[in-house]
Amino acid sequence: MTLIEQLIAATDASRVLTQHEDLVVYGFDGTAALKEMPAVVVLPRNTQEVAACVKIARAASVPVVTRGSGTGLSGGSVPLPGCVVLTLVKMDKIIELDEANLTLRAQCGVITKEIDDAAGRVGLFYPPDPGSMKISTIGGNVAENSGGLRGLKYGVTRDYVMGMEVVLPTGEIVWLGNKCVKDVAGYSMKDLFIGSEGTLGIITEVLLKLVPKPKARRTMLALYDTMEAAAETISAIIAAKIIPCTLEFLDRMTVKCVEDFARIGLPVDVEAVVLMETDGHPAAVEEEASQMMDLARKHGAREVKMAQSEAEGATLASARRSAFSALARMKPTTILEDVTVPRSELTHMVKFINDCAARRGLMIGTFGHMGDGNLHPTFLTDERNHEEMHRVEEALEEIVDETLRLGGTVTGEHGVGLAKKRFLRKQMGDGSYELMRSVKMALDPDALLNPGKIFDLKSAS
Amino acid sequence: MNLLRDMDYSVLQQCMHCGMCLPTCPTYVETKREKNSPRGRIALMRSIADGTSAVSEAFADEMYYCLGCLACQTACPAGVHYAELFETARAEVERANVLPGVERGFWRWLALDVIFMRPWMLRAIGIVLRLYQQSGLEALLRRVRFFGLLPKKFESLEKQTPRMSAAVSDELIDVLETPAEPRYRVGMLTGCVQDIAFSDVNRATVDVLLANGCEVVTPRSQNCCGSLHAHNGAVENARELALRQMSAFDLDSLDAIITNAGGCGSHLKSYSHLLPDHPMAKKWDAKVKDIHEWLAAIGLRAPMASCGVDRVTYHESCHLCHGQKVTRQPRELLKAIPGLEVVELPESNWCCGSAGIYNITQPEQSQKLLERKAGHIRTTGCKHVATSNPGCHLQIQRGMNEEVQVTQPVLLLAAAYQRESRQT
Repeated sequence: MTLIEQLIAATDASRVLTQHEDLVVYGFDGTAALKEMPAVVVLPRNTQEVAACVKIARAASVPVVTRGSGTGLSGGSVPLPGCVVLTLVKMDKIIELDEANLTLRAQCGVITKEIDDAAGRVGLFYPPDPGSMKISTIGGNVAENSGGLRGLKYGVTRDYVMGMEVVLPTGEIVWLGNKCVKDVAGYSMKDLFIGSEGTLGIITEVLLKLVPKPKARRTMLALYDTMEAAAETISAIIAAKIIPCTLEFLDRMTVKCVEDFARIGLPVDVEAVVLMETDGHPAAVEEEASQMMDLARKHGAREVKMAQSEAEGATLASARRSAFSALARMKPTTILEDVTVPRSELTHMVKFINDCAARRGLMIGTFGHMGDGNLHPTFLTDERNHEEMHRVEEALEEIVDETLRLGGTVTGEHGVGLAKKRFLRKQMGDGSYELMRSVKMALDPDALLNPGKIFDLKSAS
Repeated sequence: MNLLRDMDYSVLQQCMHCGMCLPTCPTYVETKREKNSPRGRIALMRSIADGTSAVSEAFADEMYYCLGCLACQTACPAGVHYAELFETARAEVERANVLPGVERGFWRWLALDVIFMRPWMLRAIGIVLRLYQQSGLEALLRRVRFFGLLPKKFESLEKQTPRMSAAVSDELIDVLETPAEPRYRVGMLTGCVQDIAFSDVNRATVDVLLANGCEVVTPRSQNCCGSLHAHNGAVENARELALRQMSAFDLDSLDAIITNAGGCGSHLKSYSHLLPDHPMAKKWDAKVKDIHEWLAAIGLRAPMASCGVDRVTYHESCHLCHGQKVTRQPRELLKAIPGLEVVELPESNWCCGSAGIYNITQPEQSQKLLERKAGHIRTTGCKHVATSNPGCHLQIQRGMNEEVQVTQPVLLLAAAYQRESRQT
């Protein structure tokens, strides 16, 4: 039997796609300017089918690239030419919501927002909220260790994964972790797979930790005439020992694009907007909210507004989540970065990025999670303009160097994938880079799963 | 020649494939296959423009599987002009002639080249259908299950035959109707299907305009606006109809051109895309107003009487909410009617499956969407559902039969004004 026939035998013909028109559309994810053609796309319904497909691909020595909704921003789920793509969106059942243990078990293809909605219905909360939470799958979030707007207070996806089912490169199915809050039995293997970007195994089921839903929430907007004043406010809030759940900022360009799309009355004549959110016990929330508003005013905010209702707050947060896509209104190609620096270096970094863009005559919009030092400078350009693309590359290089000099990381939440690959050794150093590669070789010696992502397999030296 | 290759490439490039459209696309949500999603379809179009894919039958099928509901356009932060992409892609499919079938060709010719190009013929068909329905022949044939003898496709189509109005618009509306104290002067579009199946909605539209101080000019024997043609790849016919439409009105003497059908309005506002070099097209586009939009803009006069209905829910026509971004005004209009409780419909802006002629071309998917819609309407407990597009009106009525009565905001508002005038 051919590879295709075997895949059909392991699933069914309606879920094995081979027609040209069906393959083109799986050639990319949410990352700009990366495109390849797979040989076949399979949509498995359960773990057994995933395992069977892995075994078939392994026997045929054809690499496997796994994807969820394909919203990744580093090219992690862009196929390899001629590979098998496993699309796990049809594995979309929530299996168990355990209110006694505050856990939720779900198949990997459940949409992230549906997890939080399900938790919310019983007074619980799943905090990680990547910008794509209405679209992205939980399996993809775990594989990329996604962040979000609430990282500052609640951490990232990793902090909520208690267990998972994984299909290994051999096709073997293993379960890692459990419902225990404390568990030191052996290596924490699940942690190895979180953020592994589909290179070590295929996550087919996840066990997530939930927390009680905060009783109150306040959302505020502070408007600034200078970026420095905005950054100083953030530092002042952190220094005042307040940990709000969200401290987001958007620069002038980003605010303009978001307002063009969302039409929610954001002012377009300001240099920076900071979105602040605090949640928790009602009394604490009120106190923190008023402290934060005072600090914002004291540090030069032109105006500070508080959302009048939960719905208004949600509208603001939702508008913020559209920032990256909204920036695409300006130019045909948007190159999004994800550099992260220690919080104390934030003001410096924002200024450096703006100067760098100005020096090279590039258009840039910057937004990001100011509270946790995670910035998203976004170059607005046109991939057909090779000369300008070259200048973008140079600017990126410069921004990355500065980030690393400040003790930062090339990616705070989008992953390495293909887009950040060339910077990784520089950041990690030879020792830890080779250690990572040896882990890959130990688990997947035949380079079956998503090979060439994060790092090249063959040592350059 | 290839229309996708010849179009402005930046429109295709505008999509940065972030996927924000996926959860709002009714066909993607149904199949979870990328090909059936907006970003997938745009990727295919771009691939054709790049010369890496051909205009194949599979591509054509996909372009006709798309509802053209434009929910993706509302969801898209990047501002992709999907309507333009979709119309260009369907036009290219027809130009390349990749969809087989003599039968398909015949029906397309009959509908797009013959009937909907000739207002007199459409009205004649309307009169024949009306006589057939009024005479009891239709009921008799249905009772004896005559249509069961026809091929299945025709049997199901027969059920979708709209009920004809007792009179066409020209019989109900004078060329010029003037209120006691006119504040504005507007032109009235009577439509094609609207004219023969919903002339009461046209009359009601004129009534509410008069009640709000608008003098109404209604040219006789109006043409189809061409949206049917533009959405189905017949661009030349669409251009011809746009020219005829514009020449029927003395634009400079009017403050607005009023449309009351969501699907038509969306198209009527984009004649300048169709006819970029026409000197009047831009001005025309700016003057075309949806009735709800217009009433809100001039300040709706709230009626002082009720409309005879006490609870209603509102289903949004896709091309009114996604195409024209008119969402608030119809709800406000309904809420202005005394004694009328307006219940919000879950997923009110999700396509009902009518989508122009989609219910005929893709009956299976259309039916799934209709059932989804009916399910939501049931949860409201309302016995009346208001909408403002003939396609949605017919589709929901067919799907829910006696369960609910489908009405339109202007019908309810006109009824309220009428009761008010009886009281005073």
